[in-house]
Amino acid sequence: MNRYIALKKRAINRLAQGLCLLALLASIVPLVTILLDALARGGSALSLAFLTELPRPVGESGGGMANAIVGSGILVALASVVGLPLGIFGGIYLAEFGAHRFGHFIRFLADVLSGIPSIVNGIFAYTLLVLPFRHFSATAGGFALGLMMIPTVARTTEELILRVPTTLREGALALGIPYWKMVLRVVVRSVRGGILTGILLAIARIMGETAPLLFTSFGNPFWSFNVFEPISALPLQIFNYALSPFDEWHAQAWAGALVLITIVLGLNLVSRLIMRFSK
Amino acid sequence: MAKVNALSGRKPRRRISGDLIFKRATLLAALSIPLFVLGSAIELTRGAGEAIRRFGFSFLFQTSWDPVNLKFGALPFIYGTLVSSLLALLIAVPISLGTALFLAEIAPWWLRDPLSFIVELLAAIPSVIFGLWGIFALAPWLRSTAEPALKRTLGFLPFFQGPAYGIGMLAAGLILAIMILPIITSVTRELFLSTPVPLKEGALALGASWWEMVQAVFFPHARSGILGAIILGLGRALGETMAVTMVVGNRPQISLSLFAPGYTIAAVLANEFSEADSNLYLSALIEIGLILFLITLLVNGAARWLIWKSGWAAAKGGSGP
Amino acid sequence: MNSDTQKGFRVEDLKAYFGKVEALHGISMAIPFQQVTAIIGPSGCGKSTFVRCLNRMHEVTPETKVTGVCLWQGWDLYGPAVDPVEVRRRIGMVFQKANPFPMMSIYDNVVAGLKLMGVRNKQKLAQTAEQSLLRAALWDEVKDKLGQPGTSLSGGQQQRLCIARALAVEPEVLLLDEPTSALDPIAARKVEELIYDLKQSYTIVIVTHNMQQAARVSDRTAFFLLGELIEYDKTALIFTNPREKRTEDYITGRFG
Repeated sequence: MNRYIALKKRAINRLAQGLCLLALLASIVPLVTILLDALARGGSALSLAFLTELPRPVGESGGGMANAIVGSGILVALASVVGLPLGIFGGIYLAEFGAHRFGHFIRFLADVLSGIPSIVNGIFAYTLLVLPFRHFSATAGGFALGLMMIPTVARTTEELILRVPTTLREGALALGIPYWKMVLRVVVRSVRGGILTGILLAIARIMGETAPLLFTSFGNPFWSFNVFEPISALPLQIFNYALSPFDEWHAQAWAGALVLITIVLGLNLVSRLIMRFSK
Repeated sequence: MAKVNALSGRKPRRRISGDLIFKRATLLAALSIPLFVLGSAIELTRGAGEAIRRFGFSFLFQTSWDPVNLKFGALPFIYGTLVSSLLALLIAVPISLGTALFLAEIAPWWLRDPLSFIVELLAAIPSVIFGLWGIFALAPWLRSTAEPALKRTLGFLPFFQGPAYGIGMLAAGLILAIMILPIITSVTRELFLSTPVPLKEGALALGASWWEMVQAVFFPHARSGILGAIILGLGRALGETMAVTMVVGNRPQISLSLFAPGYTIAAVLANEFSEADSNLYLSALIEIGLILFLITLLVNGAARWLIWKSGWAAAKGGSGP
Repeated sequence: MNSDTQKGFRVEDLKAYFGKVEALHGISMAIPFQQVTAIIGPSGCGKSTFVRCLNRMHEVTPETKVTGVCLWQGWDLYGPAVDPVEVRRRIGMVFQKANPFPMMSIYDNVVAGLKLMGVRNKQKLAQTAEQSLLRAALWDEVKDKLGQPGTSLSGGQQQRLCIARALAVEPEVLLLDEPTSALDPIAARKVEELIYDLKQSYTIVIVTHNMQQAARVSDRTAFFLLGELIEYDKTALIFTNPREKRTEDYITGRFG
């Protein structure tokens, strides 16, 4: 009897572990499939021309997504104008002065802010920056993206600062420097690698965002460096081309996807390297 | 080396105001967070005002979406959002739990971090790329292979009836499942890893097999945390826009069949917001956005509370309330 | 009392609190100018707390309070218009565990205080760095690797680096809180020799639980017990002929 039970238990173990392995594969296969598909379907359309030319009008062949790539960069810069100062200084506030109920309240609201669907952020940016001016603009899109940066950057900054040992703070104070200098130029400086990592990860996240841009920065078939005008963005262009009826545009959508994946995964990798390096 | 006596006359106001400015400046930055959250809520409510006044509560239960005749009802979108998200959960949760268990218990120690890293990489892929893959890879496969197969085997159920387009609720649910896998997996994995070793050893010492130990120790220990992780995944699925828009079919209808096209709140906002040509139309859309805002608020709040309750705050990357 | 004590620290009825708990019960003493004064006593007797009151570091810990009089060269350190930052610049401190700034090089560590005060002149910085490292008896060992991280040095060297860093801002006093307790005997000896040289130019207060060190290095010694000053006299007298029984018990190792 005992042997039978032991065998049964072992079989069940194997079964359970096998299912878990299947689950793991199910988690990994989609990633691999998507990456391979992107390479297969987009590789042919990826060329120097693709990276440097403007999109061609409907019906014409060729062209590229250069303005979309640059547009994404501009949007990230605009988002950073909002997201970085508010995020970093907000995080400093939470770490240095936020150990009471109000601080907890703000932390809670930061979680709320980061949980708001990005398209709702887009609506907010629309009512604030598009409706009053009756004009789509890069600024509106940048603002919507910046909203998404604030909570993640603040959280990262706060956690890093809280981990700085007291001995470092006391050593700096004992030299006779004011409190705010100690925080900004000694404490924050000592964790700047981690903060940079957090920023890169936040940027990676917003680079791939399309939804909030659909009715804020809207898209632009031409070069645009005026922040009060609509602007193109890589994920937006991918979206538009994917839904178009043209095969060539489909291939270009995949090529754009390759570029986007490379940028996003690249940022993730770089930030991980920085983390390892600054240890 | 000794300095000359400096009696206390030196005014420190310069320095003290430096600290004061610092405290005020950081406070202002931090206050931007409640400002934006409140601002969003206020602007959404204001924008939705016209539709709210016109339709009242019936807005939530009307099924017609007719921009031409200015009749708007949110039910198809609420239905689509909930169904696609729940479907995603149904598919993702078992896979996530299994993956998390594998990563925490079964995988050899040197594989743990690389594998976890790969799973989390899935979370870094932008939504629009999932949508792209959904249109050109997943949907055709569903139409040609999976949906006919389901129809053959399970076609007696209302969920698997009707023409199989590939595009539709099933596609949306599948894509969403893939997208929420990483977050549920990583939270659950951390929970499993934090199971106290004495508990594990105690079970094993009593003669429990591995699977029995898992059932007796891991799941109870992580129970409310897992629930929290699931609800977190739900929160993400509810707000997902691009991938869903590209594969859900974009038809405002309510149908039991998973093969049928549908519509979600995020998808209709994505498709129609920039085209809204009347104030009432726009207002109705904003009201739908407000509904989504409130739903995700509730769901994320519940998720965070559950995870905090289970003592696991670091998984979500921050402290509890 | 000679005129030297007029010039040094004068402390009267100094009390220090952690929240509601009174940790120092009214200390009164005069610490002479440009001599080495040692504070000894068992763990928890308040010697670190006392010394941290001398440079207003005690109040950095949340929910603390200091009452009483504390004068340095007649200057009321706790006066209403006095900026603690200025106090700490003139009264320097070296901590028990060496704490060089981890992200800075040796050179940057030494001049950190100056830079943070706004000194930009590269020449002045370099000069001060060399002088401070010379005074801290570390120059020869690091002059060729000033760009290396501060944390790459040995424990004893790191502590001397912290001393150099403290000296660079040109204080009048050096407070040393158990500076060698984390060091091996050889490194500790180097620091003690350093202290002996430094007293030519600085007033030094050293907290130590090592009585032999106190006997070797200091001119006067104060014995603290449970937050009170029990006895304070010339070092030679304290260690050979203490007046209080409690002092004698401690010194002979009967407790603590």
